[in-house]
Amino acid sequence: MTKKTHNPGERVLLSGNEAIALGAYEAGVKVASAYPGTPSTEILENLCRYEGVYAEWAPNEKVALEVALGASFAGARSLATMKHVGLNVAADPLFTAAYTGVKGGLVIVTADDPEMHSSQNEQDNRNYAYAAKVPMLEPSDAAEAKEFIKHAYRISEGFDTPVLLRTTTRVAHVKGMVAMGGLESSSAKLGIEKMPEKFVMLPAHARRRRVELEKRLAGMKEFAETFPENRTEWGDRKRGFITSGVSYLYVREAFPEASVLKLGMAYPFPDRLIREFAAGVDELFIVEELDPFIENHVKALGLACKGKELIPAMGELNSHLVRKAITGEAPRSLFEPVPVPMRPPNLCPGCPHRGIFHAISKLKVFVAGDIGCYTLAALKPLSAMDSCVCMGASIGTAFGMEKALGKESLGKIVAVIGDSTFMHSGITGLIEVVYNRGFSTVVILDNRTTGMTGHQPNPSTGMTIGGEISTVVDIEAVCRAVGVRHVVTIDPHDMENAEKILRQEIERPEPSVIITKAPCALLPEMRKRKDKKLYRVIEERCTGCRACLKIGCPAIEWVPLTPEEARKLGYKDTQKGHSSINAALCDGCGQCVVLCKFKAISAAGKDAGKDNG
Amino acid sequence: MNLFLCGVGGQGILLASEVISSACMLSGYDVKQSEVHGMAQRGGSVISHIRFGNKVYSPLIEPGDADIVVSFELLEALRYLPYMNKETKVIVNTQKILPSPVATGADTYPADVLEQLQKRGLTVFPVDAFGIARLAGETRAVNMVLVGGLSLLLPLEEQVFLQVLQDRLPGKIRAVNTAAFIKGREEISKRLSSNS
Repeated sequence: MTKKTHNPGERVLLSGNEAIALGAYEAGVKVASAYPGTPSTEILENLCRYEGVYAEWAPNEKVALEVALGASFAGARSLATMKHVGLNVAADPLFTAAYTGVKGGLVIVTADDPEMHSSQNEQDNRNYAYAAKVPMLEPSDAAEAKEFIKHAYRISEGFDTPVLLRTTTRVAHVKGMVAMGGLESSSAKLGIEKMPEKFVMLPAHARRRRVELEKRLAGMKEFAETFPENRTEWGDRKRGFITSGVSYLYVREAFPEASVLKLGMAYPFPDRLIREFAAGVDELFIVEELDPFIENHVKALGLACKGKELIPAMGELNSHLVRKAITGEAPRSLFEPVPVPMRPPNLCPGCPHRGIFHAISKLKVFVAGDIGCYTLAALKPLSAMDSCVCMGASIGTAFGMEKALGKESLGKIVAVIGDSTFMHSGITGLIEVVYNRGFSTVVILDNRTTGMTGHQPNPSTGMTIGGEISTVVDIEAVCRAVGVRHVVTIDPHDMENAEKILRQEIERPEPSVIITKAPCALLPEMRKRKDKKLYRVIEERCTGCRACLKIGCPAIEWVPLTPEEARKLGYKDTQKGHSSINAALCDGCGQCVVLCKFKAISAAGKDAGKDNG
Repeated sequence: MNLFLCGVGGQGILLASEVISSACMLSGYDVKQSEVHGMAQRGGSVISHIRFGNKVYSPLIEPGDADIVVSFELLEALRYLPYMNKETKVIVNTQKILPSPVATGADTYPADVLEQLQKRGLTVFPVDAFGIARLAGETRAVNMVLVGGLSLLLPLEEQVFLQVLQDRLPGKIRAVNTAAFIKGREEISKRLSSNS
């Protein structure tokens, strides 16, 4: 892995995530831990390439935060990054780390996803700052993201507190210009120091820290009044906007002339600054994505303002939407949208998940699903997932259904979970099934990587973030170790066998695990493999039955025919079309071959029928 | 200036965006480029907003505000019509990538994409970027053919783009991508001279 170079003063084009990595490096971060999650993943992928930083993928966000907290206890500046829902997992250490405080600076990045571009909900994690009583910074773009993370470390050490830094998709994944800066280091000393009254949260200690926590919050409120990133930009005083994060950019774009109070610190609030700003403008608007977080506070101060009655509380904002909401201005005439075919995301050609989900779909069972690429199996034509809630939920929900329905449910429910998700939080679910005498069948989709977020290694991959070889955590051995007696590993591309094994295991009146093991088709070793044989449709054998289209492979295309065209090709004129395999897309997995009863799919370049006859 | 790129996951829109944004930055402009990762990318419709000028605030182009649209796939140009106005220049790769409802026969591919764009008064530059990339020696260089074409419509020097390609691309693929860029630029150049 090539290391990054750092030249103070040089201007570079960086995404918010790359800028956070740069800022963390410049702030002297020594230890960084994360679980991949859109839109936060690239922070660690970049940070691991800076000299002198230990970066890692943890099995989940809770562990990541605990690792960062431990590094802080040892006096190092440390970082934990995660997507918004990851902070739910890490909330347990967060709320008590607020009590212990830190030694080396500790910053937690939460990357929220308004609009749910790649998430299952759009929670507003500013609420965590309030609930956990920790400060939160909120940059608007990449340049600010880099500076804010450095502020965050100073605040963390200055106030003895973990600091949250919140981005949203349009900060994390927007590229902008960033200047490299100077290097800083922690004010803390590295080493082991026993401070039980600070680090051991027994009730007696915690009660004292609780008092400290309130004192610290009061101190930070005072700090917020003069923090330069809480900034009043006076302009036309008719309209005043209080805003933060990316919403600030939309306000500035839509109302370049207006007065703006930009809150770089989302929590705690600078009350005097807010009152002063409110008094200085005729009409006060609060523009923020998702929850009325600022608005509720401003209203609690007794100040009149307009917020969510105008600005949507759902989805992303943009300058157009903000302008329209505030002025009521009718949108100018635009080209009307033209109906075009949808292009839903789909499992890739050659995806091993497609094979197993096709087999599962034939069982007509309830499929308790989980988070990953394979959640796409819920879409047509596979339609092979019936629930998906959060990381690791598949096993627990399947088991819960089983307990509600009793013996009746034997053979009717399957839990499906990916390898990385199993490592994240599936193992405890499996223990639950074993311990509480269940009979759940769990399918673990082991594609050797964390696919959806862009191929990060995980504990079962046998490689670290930096590409060093590591001990493979053996999924099969883990399942056996927690007490599952029936564990079988199969090849998901072999759909006939997969179906047979599935039928056998779901009827078993005790816990069982089926591990489907085949690498993700996008992994470099799969892309470059030499023995790849592509498939084609032998047109004269195709009857147009469409059976091969049922797996939804992007490489298999339907060629519609008119009766005349059909006749010309030697088909009956009632044949509506035939299948065709797009050679540019075919990955050579061969799943489609067994779907064709007429043996019309064969390896390209071979004699028709010879290959599968 | 507002540049709107659209296409299908896997076509190299993100790398193209990076090259264009870097060229804007090296030419002394402020620039913001916005894209979305994760689930949206799995074969779905992908878009990228690039805005550059003296000072850029919002990373997102407003509906109707795109100065140039580069569609990496034929029908995707039609999907994002609401981002265009009558002055918008539209570079369209004429390559078709069938959306899954079309591939499975549940829907049909629109037959008259270019006509639909033209009849709304848009300036359309159809480019067979796939064919040009193949001639340049690498079908995956479709993105650089289109960047080359786009470069001619921007107030940026060709040399700046060539410099970015030199800096950003690994040695193995640099030459073929640069060739694709130059061929794409020539293609739009021919169109411009034949129109005038």
